[in-house]
Amino acid sequence: MDMILTLAAQNLLSPIILCFALGVAAALARSDLNFPEAIAKGMSLYLLFAIGFKGGASVAGHGVDGQLIASLVAGVILSALLPLIAFALLRSMTKLSTLDAAAVAAHYGSISIVTFVAGSSILEAQGIEFEGYMVAVAAAMEAPAIVSALWLISRQGEGAKSMDGALMREIMLNGSIVLLVGSFVIGMVTGKDGLSEIAPFISAPFKGVLCLFLLDMGLVAGRGLARAKGAVSGATIAFGLIMPLIGAAIGLLAALVLGLSVGGAALMMVLSASASYIAVPAAMRVALPEANPAVYLTLSLGITFPFNLTLGIPLYVATASAVIGG
Amino acid sequence: MQMHDAKRIEIMIEQIMERRLTDLLIEAGVKGFSVLPVRGGSGRSGLWSRQGQVGRAEGLSCVVCLIQPDRLDALLEAIFPVLDRHIGVVNIADAKVLRAELF
Repeated sequence: MDMILTLAAQNLLSPIILCFALGVAAALARSDLNFPEAIAKGMSLYLLFAIGFKGGASVAGHGVDGQLIASLVAGVILSALLPLIAFALLRSMTKLSTLDAAAVAAHYGSISIVTFVAGSSILEAQGIEFEGYMVAVAAAMEAPAIVSALWLISRQGEGAKSMDGALMREIMLNGSIVLLVGSFVIGMVTGKDGLSEIAPFISAPFKGVLCLFLLDMGLVAGRGLARAKGAVSGATIAFGLIMPLIGAAIGLLAALVLGLSVGGAALMMVLSASASYIAVPAAMRVALPEANPAVYLTLSLGITFPFNLTLGIPLYVATASAVIGG
Repeated sequence: MQMHDAKRIEIMIEQIMERRLTDLLIEAGVKGFSVLPVRGGSGRSGLWSRQGQVGRAEGLSCVVCLIQPDRLDALLEAIFPVLDRHIGVVNIADAKVLRAELF
């Protein structure tokens, strides 16, 4: 336990987490610190491209194997399963309606790619290697949770819009997924040679850009946190803190079954613990417009995202190190 | 100068539904429309701003089109499916246009 706490404390003092904390603090203090939307979007595109390309290049190094396929399947199963657990927990812990509970549950089965990027960056900073294909696992975990949530609603007899072709296309082809998977494939095709060609662009500036991006995300999360007052009950906020831990524990179990490395297990925990705040909210507005966006956005962006960034990731890395690293 | 009657339809709609709405406008034979960004405002949920939003789940777009008055009812019926359950405002006003054949 002491080792876990020591490792967690070390991670908390990394520049990226401190930048995020600065953003949260600035937002809560109502500072006018702000990033132009185009710059925030540009940084996000850069980070997705870099993480996808590096993941693909890493897979090119040791090829496609059974563990990769099994990890992808596990990611899809986790994404579909976690909303069912989240839904049951919400219905027992909170007074949320069936619609709101299902909409929130979808967020907790899907993933936050920014949390994943931060997690992988912390692992790199500590010299902990991880399976490059975890990027592909992240992409595979985006959509199944939405299908689970819509199934939950249809089972309850409530009026959800069915998963039509247009909605499925929007989810599967949203810009983040296309860039992440596309750069992963390019990295896989071009391998180490391709990586060395563009390394000065995607490796050296990566952490600095991530710091600035997380500063901006801290501002966004801080404003979401401020919005939590009155928007959600104490029990609902408690769910936003408990569910990531449950997700991480299930992710760790999956990693143990798959035989992932310490870094891979930590990232599987990060993915299972994170909650979507881009793809799923948009899908919920289309499919479940009656569900209250203030509840699910406040929870995923204002509660779970900052929790994972500040306490969760260090805890998951430390736990994976203790359990798998011995 | 000769002026012609027209109806100006202004639809505030959730960004995520914008494409579905414009597809229906095209299907319904609307010859032209404009899509304007909405930076923020205030409604039943209080003040909101586009600033700091990270996805398309929250923002609004404004779609404006001009049509000939006799086509109004059919157009509203055609676009109602995407407006029915979603946040938004439909505002219709009388207008005058110079070249009626364009609408």
